[in-house]
Amino acid sequence: MSNLYKYLKKYKKHLILGPIFKLLEAIFELIVPFVMKQIIDVGIAEKNTRYILSMGGVLVLLAVVGLACALFCQYVASRCSQGFGTELRSVLFCHINSLSMNESDKFGTSSMVTRFNSDVNQVQLGVAMLIRLAIRAPFLVVGATVSAIILKPSMSWIFLVAAPLVALVLYLIMAKTMPVYTKNQRKLDKITSIAREDLNGMRVVRAFSEQQREQRRFEDATEDYSHSVIAIGRISALLNPLTFLIINAAIVTLLYFGGQKIDAGDLTQGELIAFVNYMTQISLALVVVANMAVLFSKSYASAKRVSELLATESSVTDEGNCPVEEDDNAPAISFKNVSFQYGGGGYAIKNLSVDIYKGETVGIIGGTGSGKSTVINLIPRFYDVTEGQLLIDGADVKLYPLEQLRKKIGLVPQQAMLFSGTIRSNMKWRNPDATDEEICDALKIAQAYDFVMQKPDKLDSSVQQKGRNFSGGQRQRLSIARALVNAPQIVILDDSTSALDFATDLALRRALNAYLPPKTTKIIISQRATSIKSADKIIVLDKGEVVGLGRHEQLLETCDIYREIFMSQQKAPHEMQENNQEEEEV
Amino acid sequence: MKRNKSTLLRLVSYTKPYAPLLVLSLISAAVSVAVSILIPLITGYAIDQMVESGVNFKKLMDYIYILIGMIALGALSQWSLSACTNALTFKTVRNIRNTLFQHINNLPLKYIDGKRQGDLVARISSDIDQVSEGLLQGFTQLFSGVLTIIATLAMLFYINWLIAVAVLVLTPLSLFVASFITKRSHKTFAQQAVKRGEISGYVEEIFSGHKLVQAFNQEESCGEDFARLNKQLYDCGFKSQFYGALINPCTRFVNNLVYASVGIVGALIAIGATSSSFGLKPGILSTCLMYANQYTKPFNEITGVITEIQSAVAASSRIFAVLDEPIEISDENNEVITDCDGTLDLKDVCFRYVDDRPLIENLNLAVRQGQKIAIVGPTGCGKTTLINLLMRFYDVNSGQILVSDKDVRTLTRQSLRDCYGMVLQESWIFEGTVKDNIAYGKADATLEEIQNAALLAGAHDFIDKFPDKYDTLLTENGDNLSQGQKQLLCIARIMLTHPPMLILDEATSSIDTRTEMKIQEAFYTIMQGRTSFIVAHRLSTIRECDVILVMKDGNIIEQGSHAQLLDRRGFYYELYNSQFQNS
Repeated sequence: MSNLYKYLKKYKKHLILGPIFKLLEAIFELIVPFVMKQIIDVGIAEKNTRYILSMGGVLVLLAVVGLACALFCQYVASRCSQGFGTELRSVLFCHINSLSMNESDKFGTSSMVTRFNSDVNQVQLGVAMLIRLAIRAPFLVVGATVSAIILKPSMSWIFLVAAPLVALVLYLIMAKTMPVYTKNQRKLDKITSIAREDLNGMRVVRAFSEQQREQRRFEDATEDYSHSVIAIGRISALLNPLTFLIINAAIVTLLYFGGQKIDAGDLTQGELIAFVNYMTQISLALVVVANMAVLFSKSYASAKRVSELLATESSVTDEGNCPVEEDDNAPAISFKNVSFQYGGGGYAIKNLSVDIYKGETVGIIGGTGSGKSTVINLIPRFYDVTEGQLLIDGADVKLYPLEQLRKKIGLVPQQAMLFSGTIRSNMKWRNPDATDEEICDALKIAQAYDFVMQKPDKLDSSVQQKGRNFSGGQRQRLSIARALVNAPQIVILDDSTSALDFATDLALRRALNAYLPPKTTKIIISQRATSIKSADKIIVLDKGEVVGLGRHEQLLETCDIYREIFMSQQKAPHEMQENNQEEEEV
Repeated sequence: MKRNKSTLLRLVSYTKPYAPLLVLSLISAAVSVAVSILIPLITGYAIDQMVESGVNFKKLMDYIYILIGMIALGALSQWSLSACTNALTFKTVRNIRNTLFQHINNLPLKYIDGKRQGDLVARISSDIDQVSEGLLQGFTQLFSGVLTIIATLAMLFYINWLIAVAVLVLTPLSLFVASFITKRSHKTFAQQAVKRGEISGYVEEIFSGHKLVQAFNQEESCGEDFARLNKQLYDCGFKSQFYGALINPCTRFVNNLVYASVGIVGALIAIGATSSSFGLKPGILSTCLMYANQYTKPFNEITGVITEIQSAVAASSRIFAVLDEPIEISDENNEVITDCDGTLDLKDVCFRYVDDRPLIENLNLAVRQGQKIAIVGPTGCGKTTLINLLMRFYDVNSGQILVSDKDVRTLTRQSLRDCYGMVLQESWIFEGTVKDNIAYGKADATLEEIQNAALLAGAHDFIDKFPDKYDTLLTENGDNLSQGQKQLLCIARIMLTHPPMLILDEATSSIDTRTEMKIQEAFYTIMQGRTSFIVAHRLSTIRECDVILVMKDGNIIEQGSHAQLLDRRGFYYELYNSQFQNS
C-alpha cells in the first residue's frame, strides 16, 4: 500500500486544509441549536426583539460561512482526489506497458483493465470521501454529544445510551446484509450469463427445440435472485425504522425527564429544544458514518489490488544495456540448448538447438500446446529463456537494448489486431516516418493493397477499436503489412493466415519470397502443412521438443508426426488406413 | 411526453398481480409521512406543557403516550414501506425479465442476427435493473417526497400563516438550487462517463495488444496518447466531482436559511411583536423548526429521482421495443413429421436478407436418402445462409423446400428440426455437467445411453480422464475444454438423438492434429446412412461427397461432383489447385 501514499504526498496541503474547513462547517452547525436556545430562553422570555433579530443574523451568518467553508473543502477534495487519480493512472499505464509477458500473463488483460479503471476510480472516490466525510461525520456525533453534556450534564446519559445503540443497530444490520449483497450480485451475474449463453447458442437451442428448457433455467435464476433480494430487503428495511425508533424513544425520554427538571426549575425550555435538536443531528450523522464504512472498505480492497499491480516488477529489463554491434557473419537467430518454463509449470520448450541463417525461410509445425508460439515469443524477448542461450546476429538477446532488438523484428501475431486510428497510423507503427510508397509496397506484399484502395478514404480509412470494422481476413493481411513496413531483418508469422482462403494464402507466400529483400529471415508457424512445405527448414515440435528438423521431403520419410499431420490434411481417415499414398494431381 | 406516459402505464400494468403490495406500500408511505408530520407537532405540544410556573404532568404524560404510539406506528409503516416496495419491485422485475427472455427465444432469428448480442444482453440485464431502481423505487420516493412537502406546508399554515409564508418565500430558492446543480452535475457527469468510456476502451485495446505494443516499441507513443486522454478525464472528472459535491452543502445552506427565518419569524410572533393575534409558544416554535429541517430534503431527493425516472423510462422503452417485435408465426396446427426418410428437395429457392440484394436465386437441388452434400467456398461466402434455410431459421422468399415431399412451412418447427443433427464450428457448451451437455436434445437419456454416445463420438476417452467423469462441471463457453473436445461433445449430442439428416461444420484451423483426426473419424461414423450437409474445408472430405455446392459472395456458383467440377475448370478448380501448389 505504501507505494500509493507516495502519490498522495503531493497533496499534503489539500489533505490538511480540506478536513479543517469541513470541521469548521461542522462546528458552525453545532452552534446553531445553541443560538436557537438563546433566542427562546433570552429573546422570547425577555421579549427582546433586537436580541432576536441579532441572533437571527448570527444564524444567517453561520449558514453563509458554513457554506463557504464547505464549498472550499469540496473544491480541495475534488482537486486532490482527481489529481491523485490522474497521476496514479498515468503511472500505472506506463508501468503496465513496461511489464513483460510473464507478468501480464499472470494478471490477465481483463484483470489489468479492471484494476486500471474501476479500482483506481474507487480509490479516487475513497480519497475524496476521506477529505469530505472522514472527519465531519464522526465529529458531529461526538460534538453533539459533548455539547449536550456541556449544556446539562445530568441529561446527557440519554445521549450516551442512544448514540451507541444506533451505532450498534447500524453495525448489526450492515454486518448481516453486506456479505449477502456480494452474493446477490453474483446471482445477478448468473442471470446475465444465462442470457448471454442462450443468445450465443440460439441456433443450437432452436435446433434441439429446447426453448422451454432454457426458459426454465432462466426462470430458476431470476426466481433465485428475486427471492434472496426480497429476503435481504426485509432485513435492510429495518435500518430506517430502527434508528427512527431509537432516536424518537430518546426524544420521548428527554421530554419525560426534561418535564420533571423544568418543573424543578433545573432546565429551561430552550435547553430542552436544543437537546432534541442535537439528537436529530446525531441520527443523521450516524447514517453517514455507516455508509462511509462501506465505502472505505471497498476503497481499501481496491487500493490493495492497484498496489499489488504497481509493486510487480518486470522480469525482463534492458537496464544498462548499450547498443550491440552486430556480427554479419553469424546466424540471424541461434537457439543454443534453450529450455523454457512458464511460471513453475513443466517445460514448454526443452533443449531446443537450431541455427537459422540470414535469408532462410523456416517453418514451425506441431499440434496445439506443442510450443510453437513459445519459440517465437523468446525472440523479441517477451520472455527470457529459462536455460540455454538465444543469440541474434551473434549477440545474446539479453545484451540488447530492447528497442534495438525489437526493431529488427516484424511480428505478425496469431490474433490479428489493429489499433484505433487510421490504416496509415497502423502502418506507421514500425516507422513513424514511413512514406506512402513504403506503406503501399508492404500492403501489396500482404495482399491488402486492393481492398484498401477500394475504400473511399484509402490509407486514411478509419480503424475502430481492435480493428473490428475489418473482417478477420482483412485484419490478418493488414497486420502482416504492418510488420513488413521498413524492411525488418526477421519476419515472424505466427499462424497468421488462418482466415485467408487458399488462393490468397498462396499469393501471399509467393509475394513474401519475391519482394522481400533476400537477406530477410522468415519464420512461419502454421497448422497447414501446405503453408510451410517449401520452407528451407521445417521444425516439427511435439510437447516442447523438436521431433523433426529438415526439409519437407526428408521429414516425410523420417518424421512420423510430420507425416501424420501432412497426411491427415490430405486424406479422409478411412483412406489413411489403406495406406496407399496416391499423389495429388496438381 | 405522451409516449413516456404510455410507457409508464404499460410498466404499471406489470405490477397488476401484486396490486395488494402496491396498495400497501402507498398506504405505508402515507402513514409514515403523516407520522413524521405529527410527531414534531405533539412534541411541541408536550414542550409547551412545561412552563417554569409548573408542568402539567397529566397532559404531558398523555402526549408522551400518544408519541409512543406514533413512534411505533411510524417505525412499522417505514418498515412495511421499504419491504413492500422491495418485494413489489423485484417480483415485477423478475416477471419482466422472464417475459423478455421468453419473447427473445421466440423471435425470428432474422431479428436477433440483426442485433448486436451485447445490446440484447444489456436489455435483459442492465436496462431492467435501471427500471427497478428508477421507476419502481423512485416512485415511492417521489410519492412520499411530494406528500411530505404538501403536508408540511399545510401544517405550517395551520399553525401560523406568517411562518408558512416565510418558508414559501424561500421555496423557489431550494427549487432553483436543486435544479441548477442537478442539471450541471448531470451534464458534467455524462461528459465524464463518455471520457471514462473512451479511456477504458483505449486501455483495453492497448493492454490486450500488450505484445504488439512491445514488439513495435510503441510504449512511449501510446503513453503520449494516453496522457492526452488522461488530462481530458482530469478536467471533466474534476468538474463533475465538484458539481456533484455541491449538492449537499447547498441544500444544507438553504435548509439553514429556512431554519433561521422560521426561528426569527417564530420568535417575533411569540413575543407578539407583530400584529398577529395568534400567540406562539416555544414548543410549537420548535415544531416549526423541526418542520424546517425536514422541508428542504425532499426537494433535493425529488430532482434526483426525476433524473432517475427519466433514464428508467428510456430503459423501459428499450425493453418494450423488443417485446413489441412480432414473434415467429405460430405453427401449432402444422403437421408433425415423424417419418422423415432423408430425402430433400429445393425447388426454385430464392432468398435474400436485404430486399434489394439478391443472394440465393432459383436454387434447385434434389437430395436422395444418404447422400452427402459439401458446401465449399472462401470465408464469408454465405455458407451459413443455406443452413439457415434448411433448419428454417429463416424462410425462403419464394420457391419451396421439401423434406420427405412435405413443404417445411407446413410442418411444426420442432418436428422439422428434430430431423436434423447439427454440429457447428463454434461449439456451444453451456454451464452444466458433461452429462447435461451431451443429453441436451434428450433430457431423459440414461447414463448408459450417454456413455454410448460419447464412445461413438470418440469423446469418452477424455471425459473418462476428468476426475468427476460425466459429472464434471463445464463453465460457460467451456473454458476448461479444448476447441476440439468441445466439438466432440457436440457430436456426442447428435449420436444420442439419431436424426435422419445432418448438418456438419468442419473446423478451419487451430485444432491439434490428433483431436482433429478423431473429429474426422466421428464425422465419418455419424454420416453413415444419413443425408448430410457438410460445410467443408478439407479436400479429403469434399472429394467424398456426392454433390459439391461451390459458394461465393452468397451465391451458389457451381454445383456438381468433384470430377465434374474439375473438368469445368472454374472457381472450384482454382480453389482446389491453390491449396496444393507450392509457393
